[in-house]
Amino acid sequence: MAKVNEGAQSSDVKGTDAQGRGVQNGAPTMGAPSAQNASAQGTPSHDIDRGSLMLAAVRTHQLDWATDVIEAFGEVTIIIPRDRVVEACRFLKTAPGLEFNFLSDICGADRGPEEEPRFEVNYHLFSTTKHHRLRLKVLLNEEDTHVPTVTGVWRTANWHERETFDMFGVIFDGHPDLRRILLPEEWQGHALRKDFPLRGYEPYSLT
Amino acid sequence: MSVSTRNLPPQFEIVDRPLDTQMTISMGPQHPSTHGVLRLELVLDGEMVVKATPDIGYLHTGMEKLFEYKKYQQGIVITDRMDYLNPLGNNLAYVMAVEKLLGLEIPERAQTIRVLMCEMQRIASHLVWLGTHALDIGAMSVFFYCFREREKILNMIEAASGGRLTPSYFRIGGLMMDLPAGFERKVQQLIESFPAALDDFHTLLTGNKIFQKRTQGVGYISAEDAIDWGLSGPSLRGSGVNLDIRRTNPYTSYEQYDFEVPVEHDCDVWARYMVRMREMPESLKIVRQAVSRLKPGPTKADAPKVVLPEREAMKTHMDALIHHFLIVAEGFNVPKGEVYHAIEGSKGELGIYVKSDGGPKPSRVHVRGPSFVNLSALPHIAEGEMIADVVAIIGSIDIVLGEIDR
Repeated sequence: MAKVNEGAQSSDVKGTDAQGRGVQNGAPTMGAPSAQNASAQGTPSHDIDRGSLMLAAVRTHQLDWATDVIEAFGEVTIIIPRDRVVEACRFLKTAPGLEFNFLSDICGADRGPEEEPRFEVNYHLFSTTKHHRLRLKVLLNEEDTHVPTVTGVWRTANWHERETFDMFGVIFDGHPDLRRILLPEEWQGHALRKDFPLRGYEPYSLT
Repeated sequence: MSVSTRNLPPQFEIVDRPLDTQMTISMGPQHPSTHGVLRLELVLDGEMVVKATPDIGYLHTGMEKLFEYKKYQQGIVITDRMDYLNPLGNNLAYVMAVEKLLGLEIPERAQTIRVLMCEMQRIASHLVWLGTHALDIGAMSVFFYCFREREKILNMIEAASGGRLTPSYFRIGGLMMDLPAGFERKVQQLIESFPAALDDFHTLLTGNKIFQKRTQGVGYISAEDAIDWGLSGPSLRGSGVNLDIRRTNPYTSYEQYDFEVPVEHDCDVWARYMVRMREMPESLKIVRQAVSRLKPGPTKADAPKVVLPEREAMKTHMDALIHHFLIVAEGFNVPKGEVYHAIEGSKGELGIYVKSDGGPKPSRVHVRGPSFVNLSALPHIAEGEMIADVVAIIGSIDIVLGEIDR
């Protein structure tokens, strides 16, 4: 918290504005980044400045879809509910001061079969004009791995989502062509899940 | 031999429509111009490409899965094998992501050597691109000249690390070892000889009317589309977008170097060709500056629990021996958290996502390969072009299947 505030104050008017409004409107989750390991030594200082500036800009927009904002290792993560992914991405793509017009990457992650929620889908956004980065994170339960697609926002999401589907079995609703991309069509299971054995269930053969 | 079509997946279904003018052909995975094992399913109307569908995965080796079963320091050798034309760039991206989690400070000499080696690697990578791209279009001799120059760089990488294609030279916390004696002299020789070789390439290709006809106005992608499709690196800069991560988000002390970011506005194969051709002298400029910056100093971070001790120290110091044993046998714990670190690889934004749950092995490593993303834009670029130009377009986006399939 203290660290983030420093960043906001060192930035220009926008930063204080962000803070003021944040308090006024009383968005409690927005003002309290999780007390994760926030050590950012070894990260170039300009990256941290840019991250703080961006965080201040995020705060000026009342992001009611942000469940949690985490700042760790000089990177900002916003956790969002899955039914508002498209809305969030559309907003971030054009919002003044943010302009995340470049989708760097989408990747899934499995926290392990015993964890709940089990799956993560991470969206790494980048701005070609402001040069800052942001990670959006959607958490999914094992029983219901559906996420709306963002191919309508960035066309590059197509292959990233296919890869995530292939490896984790996350289903992107509305995707134009959701099929396996790296593994063969008739492959059983999703290879990057933690309960999938390293050497597979049986030797793969083409016959 | 008869082939049963009954059990084939839907994309292999043979549609027999003799009155249609459209024809579906499969290009690859053994086609020499697909740079590896890429298969393209092309729907043609005469010679025009109506639809192009890349089919990838032939080289999938489960690298991201393998990362989760290896200790952090063992993951470095996996990265060598992704984009095998730019292994030092892969090393750097992975190592820097882990260093970000650990919060390590890298000594100045190690950073300078990283820049030096990465830029030489970039030139070597571009030389392979140039040789194969020209070969695809029909200019065979360029290939030999390119590989002759590349050989000099690979010899230097071998001298420093012991490996030509798989150096694993960058380690978490610094370098494997310092540069060998006489390395600076070798670099000086490269700096002196390379501009003449580059002139040769320009003479062979840039002024060549056939090459110009094959590349100019072919494979158009506008700046907006390029950003929308996630193109990065020279392919993006060929569409007039001035974006180079070395400049916009500098890492490993790139902010201290003086270089230009070449940008071309023609958005075609020719523009992407020119960007890479102009990048090579810029990389050489960085190499020259890096060599002049080399000052004696440590090449490993002061973190005994992460960085292997010197051999001599192990023979005389008990704690060095203990640390060595622990790092090799058990690995080192990395703080819980997740980072995404992106660098400017020779093909574009090479990002590595590392998620740690506090143990000696990563919980998840994901690679954002520039080739993977750039290839996904191929249908957009190739549709509406001639089939012969598909070869030129594939060459111009500079893909490496090892990174696409991982």
